[in-house]
Amino acid sequence: MNSLLSVENLGVSFGNRVVIENLNFQVKSGDTLAVIGPNGSGKTVLLKALLGLVPYTGSVRWSDTVRIGYVPQKIEADRQLPLTIRDLLTAKSRFLKLGANDMEAACREVGLSFDLLNAAIGAISGGQFQKVLIALAWLGSPNTLLFDEPTASLDELTEERIYDWLHTTQTQRSLTVVLVSHDLSVVYRYANTVLCLSRNKICIGPPREVLSPQLLEELYSAPPMYYQHIHGGNAAGTSERE
Amino acid sequence: MATPQAHLKGNDGLNHYYSFILALLFALAAGLVGSFAFMKRMVLASDVISHLALPGLGVAFLLHVNPLAGGAASLFLGAFLIWWLQGRTGLSLDSMIGIVFACALALGAAITPNEDLLEALLGGFQQPSLLGLLLGVLAAAIVVMGILRLKDQMILGLFSSDLAIATGVNIRREDLFFLLLFSLTVLIGLRFTGALLGSALIIVPAATARQLATNVASFVTISCSVSILAVSVGWLCNSLFVGASTPGPTIVIVSAILFASSLLKRH
Repeated sequence: MNSLLSVENLGVSFGNRVVIENLNFQVKSGDTLAVIGPNGSGKTVLLKALLGLVPYTGSVRWSDTVRIGYVPQKIEADRQLPLTIRDLLTAKSRFLKLGANDMEAACREVGLSFDLLNAAIGAISGGQFQKVLIALAWLGSPNTLLFDEPTASLDELTEERIYDWLHTTQTQRSLTVVLVSHDLSVVYRYANTVLCLSRNKICIGPPREVLSPQLLEELYSAPPMYYQHIHGGNAAGTSERE
Repeated sequence: MATPQAHLKGNDGLNHYYSFILALLFALAAGLVGSFAFMKRMVLASDVISHLALPGLGVAFLLHVNPLAGGAASLFLGAFLIWWLQGRTGLSLDSMIGIVFACALALGAAITPNEDLLEALLGGFQQPSLLGLLLGVLAAAIVVMGILRLKDQMILGLFSSDLAIATGVNIRREDLFFLLLFSLTVLIGLRFTGALLGSALIIVPAATARQLATNVASFVTISCSVSILAVSVGWLCNSLFVGASTPGPTIVIVSAILFASSLLKRH
């Protein structure tokens, strides 16, 4: 199967500070790539480089067929703006020249209530705001989603629902997902490939093979709290405390 | 009772009507541009952009050519310079506007003849001819169509520049077009308000609308309505009671009263 994304010798620096250096990997259509690493290892910067939001060296090649939806980690939007959810979704629909029904379809698919459309962006909860971001990313029917810690600061139930939606949608639509997460149980459950970023080590491969306790200790410079429980064969929810 | 016709240069009654129509078109463009300048947090920056007209006005007065032509040249040149410097330095638009503004103001004050300085700062140039009116209509149409075309890109950029870029919006190009449309709006109103009050009608109605609006459509609609109301009432008040040589200051005072009223309503 051809690569949807091919990254070669990727480097990102801010002034004298090298954040990413000589990074190579590929993502195939339908893959879920989880990007993990300690704070400051360049996970968010990597996603931004893939999207062309920060300058980089090396090459990032997307397939011609790619349609990307992006859910950022943080939104710097001024919540005092007179912007409603409908304003935002309509703006993107018009910009992408989508049909009138696409906005409603995107809301329905991600479970965003229509009642919420007329609410101001500053008047909704964190969980609702996250759903809005996902609906915004989902508008235009992307075949690739870039998620940067999509459930940070959300309660467990909301987090569970979002990942369930992602997993179901991925199965139904052959969606490709690049996911930044701190939660190793999420990585084990949903990713078929994991990319570990840290200052002194970069590794990539299936989570069961790559995420050894030793590697996690190296990555996070601390004893690992979770590791894959290989015997038993069930990847989902089998992480355990050491 | 004093009338504007008695004070303004060029006493043709028809030209006075042209002038009023042009003022209404300015109000429409200012309300529209102002609402997006407000959301883009360019309110203070917008205020100083209008001062970029000053060196051009000064040169035009010196050379005895149409002051609006000089104002237009320095406005657009200044707007482009701000945009270019921001891209070159990576610093904020605000700081670039501050730098270009300080230079423009110093240059304008130095070269504008003393007897013309007040006119350059506060407006009151010759009333428009039919050609002037038609150019004003064209300029207002460009502003309205330009903002409508940029609207969706600006909304996405307001929410998150990263998301907008990831969606395919060219933020740099959008910023340049907005600065040029802003400058064009200032130019339409320059004959009424001068360089000093040029942006007041862009800022104050938008601030008024923010007190009352619940979404982008109502924000823009209220901003334009307040702007048109301020021009109409200000013009009338100046004609009936004030009799100043330019209606600009009265219009700005009326818009400030409307803003104060909006505060009462909100609370």
